Amino acid sequence: MLRKIIVALLIMISFLLESAVFQHFAMAGIVPKFIIILTSSFGFMRGEKEGMTIGFFCGFLSDVFYGDVLGFYALILTYIGYINGKFSRIFYPEDIKLPIALIVVSDLSYGMICYILLFLLRGRFDFLYFFTKVILPEALYTIVAAVFVYPVILKINQKLEAREKRSAQKFV
Amino acid sequence: MSPVVKRRGERFTLPGKYLLFILTVLCICLMLLTFGTNVFDKPLNTALGYVVIPFQQGIARAGEWLSRRSDELGQIRVLLDENARLKEEVAALTEENTLLQQDKYELNHLQELMELDQQYGDYKKIGARIISRDSGNWYTSFLIDKGSDDGLAEDMNVIAGGGLVGRITATGPNWARVTAIISDNSNVSAMTLASGDNLIVSGDLQMMSEGVITFTKLVDSKNVVVEGDKIVTSDISDKYLPNILIGYIHTINKDNNNLTKSGYITPAVDFEHLSEVLVITDLKQVVDETE
Repeated sequence: MLRKIIVALLIMISFLLESAVFQHFAMAGIVPKFIIILTSSFGFMRGEKEGMTIGFFCGFLSDVFYGDVLGFYALILTYIGYINGKFSRIFYPEDIKLPIALIVVSDLSYGMICYILLFLLRGRFDFLYFFTKVILPEALYTIVAAVFVYPVILKINQKLEAREKRSAQKFV
Repeated sequence: MSPVVKRRGERFTLPGKYLLFILTVLCICLMLLTFGTNVFDKPLNTALGYVVIPFQQGIARAGEWLSRRSDELGQIRVLLDENARLKEEVAALTEENTLLQQDKYELNHLQELMELDQQYGDYKKIGARIISRDSGNWYTSFLIDKGSDDGLAEDMNVIAGGGLVGRITATGPNWARVTAIISDNSNVSAMTLASGDNLIVSGDLQMMSEGVITFTKLVDSKNVVVEGDKIVTSDISDKYLPNILIGYIHTINKDNNNLTKSGYITPAVDFEHLSEVLVITDLKQVVDETE
């Protein structure tokens, strides 16, 4: 129960960070994607199901406020959460290389999917421009943000897991 | 082992694959449903509006205060320089203004502008503050802190600093989403103020970094439209009220078909530093064509 409340709070905070707070720190109009950091890190820390659920709700929040149709960003982020969850088997909390790599790949693929579905299909063919001006800067800014945000998420998750273990032992 | 077989003493859990399938189907259903209809808009916009908007309002206000303080500190020297430069510029402009006033054509032009201002004055307007921007980095839209409770509705026009900003595309009780004219998915039917030629103004992410947006389908058979001409919303647009200033022509190119022209427009509004906007609560009159 505590986990659910904390995760809901984290989703809210990530959405607020990128839509309101970081608008004041935007570089060349680009904002880091905190919801991708959150979705992907819960994916590889906790497995497919939690990644998927968090991705779904993060995407749904963006859909309601900024999407043309409901479910578009939710679907993309659900899959990002699921695929990151596949890596939970080789995840160790001490290792920072895998998480950062996964977050970058997630953000890059998110950018590519958005480009293909929102721009390429409407006849905007200048891929190189969009890649260098939107997708790549977004990914770079997201890594920088992830270096600071990911350890916090990891700590919160470890605290929660320790607590769950204690209460599970009590019942035995 | 089949996932649906329930073993004794083991809690039933849904495997990841199945949850993924369920969520995928749910998302696709939602997309199909909301593509044509807006059944979920009202309850969702209301519920989430009350959860998220108060935070965004607070953050927007705090952020504005902070950035104003840091601007004040950082820009004093810049402002001093700028002040000296502006004084020179004022002197130059005063001289230029005298020249302009002597010019009869320009006088007509200014009178036309005055009429335009008059027309803006007739519309009912509500001021609103921008509280957050689209985080997707692809489209330019933002949320404002007034909604249907303040009398706002979809398709109302939004202006700032005398120019067109965009129109409202979604509303909740205490918030509304404004899609800007510079957004890549926005098209506005417009005309030139001087000659009344119609054209289409489209937002363009690629050109926006150079501070311009594109226009197409300008039929200028008499070759009278020149760079610097004013572009306003047209009478035939079904979403935008007529004669709102959009911007000025930056460049004109002849299309390959030799019939129409296209090119770039410099918007009248500074979209980078927008924090407050005016919403025109009068809606464009629409003829119901269902009969």
